[in-house]
Amino acid sequence: MKTSGSDRIMNTVIYGALALLSFVSLYPFWNAFVISLNEGTNTSLGGLTFWPRQLTFDNYEVILNDNRFFKATFVSVIRTVAGTASAIFLTALFAYGLSKKGVIGHKWYMLLAIFTMYFQGGLIPTYLWFRELGLFNNIWVLFVPWMISVWNMIVFRTFFKGIPEGLEESAKIDGCTNYGLFFRIIVPLSGPVIATLSLFQAVFFWNEWFHSGIYINDAALLPVQNYLVNMINSNSAQEMISQLGNVPGGAGDVVSRSITPKSLQMTALIVVSLPIIMVYPFVQKFFVKGVLIGSMKE
Amino acid sequence: MKQAGAVKGKQTESALHRFAAQWEVQSMIWPGILFILVFSYVPMWGIILAFKEYDIFEGVWKSPWVGGKQFRLFFESPDLVMVIRNTIVIAMLKLFIIFPAPIVLALMLNEVKHMAFKRIVQTLTYLPHFISWIIVSGLVFSILSVDSGSLNLLLQKLGIIDQGVNWLSFPEYFYGILITSGLWKEIGFSSIIYLAAIVGVNPHLYEAASIDGAGRIRKIFSVTLPTIAPVITIFLILNIGNLLSAGFEDILAMTNNGNNAILRNVSQVIDTYVYTIGLNQQRYSYAIAVGLFKAVINIMLLWGANKLARKVGGSSLW
Repeated sequence: MKTSGSDRIMNTVIYGALALLSFVSLYPFWNAFVISLNEGTNTSLGGLTFWPRQLTFDNYEVILNDNRFFKATFVSVIRTVAGTASAIFLTALFAYGLSKKGVIGHKWYMLLAIFTMYFQGGLIPTYLWFRELGLFNNIWVLFVPWMISVWNMIVFRTFFKGIPEGLEESAKIDGCTNYGLFFRIIVPLSGPVIATLSLFQAVFFWNEWFHSGIYINDAALLPVQNYLVNMINSNSAQEMISQLGNVPGGAGDVVSRSITPKSLQMTALIVVSLPIIMVYPFVQKFFVKGVLIGSMKE
Repeated sequence: MKQAGAVKGKQTESALHRFAAQWEVQSMIWPGILFILVFSYVPMWGIILAFKEYDIFEGVWKSPWVGGKQFRLFFESPDLVMVIRNTIVIAMLKLFIIFPAPIVLALMLNEVKHMAFKRIVQTLTYLPHFISWIIVSGLVFSILSVDSGSLNLLLQKLGIIDQGVNWLSFPEYFYGILITSGLWKEIGFSSIIYLAAIVGVNPHLYEAASIDGAGRIRKIFSVTLPTIAPVITIFLILNIGNLLSAGFEDILAMTNNGNNAILRNVSQVIDTYVYTIGLNQQRYSYAIAVGLFKAVINIMLLWGANKLARKVGGSSLW
C-alpha cells in the first residue's frame, strides 16, 4: 500500500472530522455532568467547560432527596420493566404464530398489521377514543397502547422463520405443544434478537413523555421524563429551591443559597440519562445486528 | 340447490374445524390482533369527525355532519400560510441536511482502517439517539444559555462575538438550532444501515477499480455509492412519504410544548398545529381535518416517490 500526498491529506481530513464529531457528540453530556458537580452560584459566573471549579454534591443531594423525583423515577422504572417484559412477550408470541405455515387468516392478519405502519387514526381521534376507554389519569395508559409494535413483530418473524424447521419437528414428535416449542426451542435460540428489541423497547418506555404528558395530570402517576419537562420549562426548579430555604435552621437554608435552577436541571438530566448511558455500550454489538435484521424486510 | 347448500355447509364446517384444530397457534395471534384493532383501528373511525362538528355531549356518531366546512376553515385560516411555510421549510432542511449526512458519515467511517478509533467514533455518535428529546432540549438550552453557555464562551474566545447572545430568543436562529440538534441526535445511529450496506460491497469491485487506476475518492463515487444506491433509494422514498411530518417531539421540546410565543411564527408546523388547536383549544373536528389533510398528502407523496423510483429503474417499496 502506497501512501501518497493526497492520501495523507484525505486521512487527516477524515480522522479530524470524525474526532470532532465524536467530541461534539459527547461534550454536551460532559458539560452537563460538570455543571451538576459544580456549585450553582459559581456556575452562573460562566466559563465552566471541562472541569468543575468548585466541586460539590449538593445538587445531587437535593435531587435525590426530592420526593417527587423519587416517585417519578419509580413510575418510570415500573413502566420500563413491566412494559418491556409484556410488550416483548406479546409481540414475540404474535410473531411466532404468524411465522407458522398454513395458519388460517394469515394473510389478513399480516395485512391488518402492516397497514397500520402507513396509516394511523392520528393524534386527536386516538385522544378522544382513549378518553372513552377511561384511560385518562389511568396507570394503564403508560403501557397498553404499546403492547404490540408491528415493526418488532416483523423483525421477530423474520428471525423465527430463519430457525431450521427440523429443530421444531423433533420436539413435536416428542409431544411438545406449540407453546412448549415457543418457550423451550424458539426463545432460547433468539437471545440476540430478544436482547436488541428489549433494549429498544425499554429505551422507548423510559424516554416516552408526550403521551404520558397529555393523558396524565395526576402528579403521582407522572414518569420521570415529565418531571424533567416541568423542571426545564417551568419554574418548578426555582420552587424547589425556595422550599429548601423554608426549612428553618436546616442545612437546606445554607444549601439553597448556592443552588440554582440550572444546576438542578443538569443534575436531574444526568441522573435520568445515566441508566441508558451505562447500559448502552454493553448492548451495542447486539443492536447493530438487530437493526440489520429489521431492515432486511424493507 | 339443496346439494349446493350442503356442499357449502360442509365447507364452512371444515374451515371451522381446521380453525379449531389450530386453536393453539390462533391463540398466540389473537391477543396481538386485538391490541391492533383496539388501539390502531378503532381510532380510525374518529376520522369521520373531520366532516362533522364534534359535540362533546353527542359523541362521535350523533354529532351533526358539516361536509367540507372544517377543510374550508383551514384553507381560509390566517394560520394556513404560516403553518404550511414552516412545515415545508423544516421538511426541506431535514431532507437536504439530515437525510444525506449519515451517508457521508458512513462513507467516512469506511475509510478508517484503525479499528479502535472507528469503534470509539461509533459508540460516541450512536449515543445521543438513545436520549429523549426532553433531555436533548435541556442540553441544548444549557449549551446555548447567555451567561454560562459553552457556545457563547467559544464564540467569545474566537472573537466572533463580544457579548453573550440569547440564541433562542431570535426566531431567525431557530431552524439552525433545530436542524443541528436533530443532526446531533441521529447522524450516528442512522449511519448504521448505510455502513452495513457498504460492508456488503464486493471487494473485487474495488480491486478492479484500483487496477483501472481509480483513487480513493474515485472509488467512493464509482463503486461504493452505486452499490448502496438501492438502500439510499428505499430510505429516500420513506423520507419523502413522511415529508409533511416535519417534526413534532423535537419542536415541542424546543418550544416549551408550543408555548414559546417568540418562536411560534417559525416553529408551528402541521403536526404541532393539530396538537395546539386540538388539545389546547379543543377544536377537535377542525384539528382532525387538518391532520387528515396532511396524512392524505403524505400518502400521495409516498406513492409518487415510489412510482418515480420504479420508473427510474431503481429499487422501490412495492
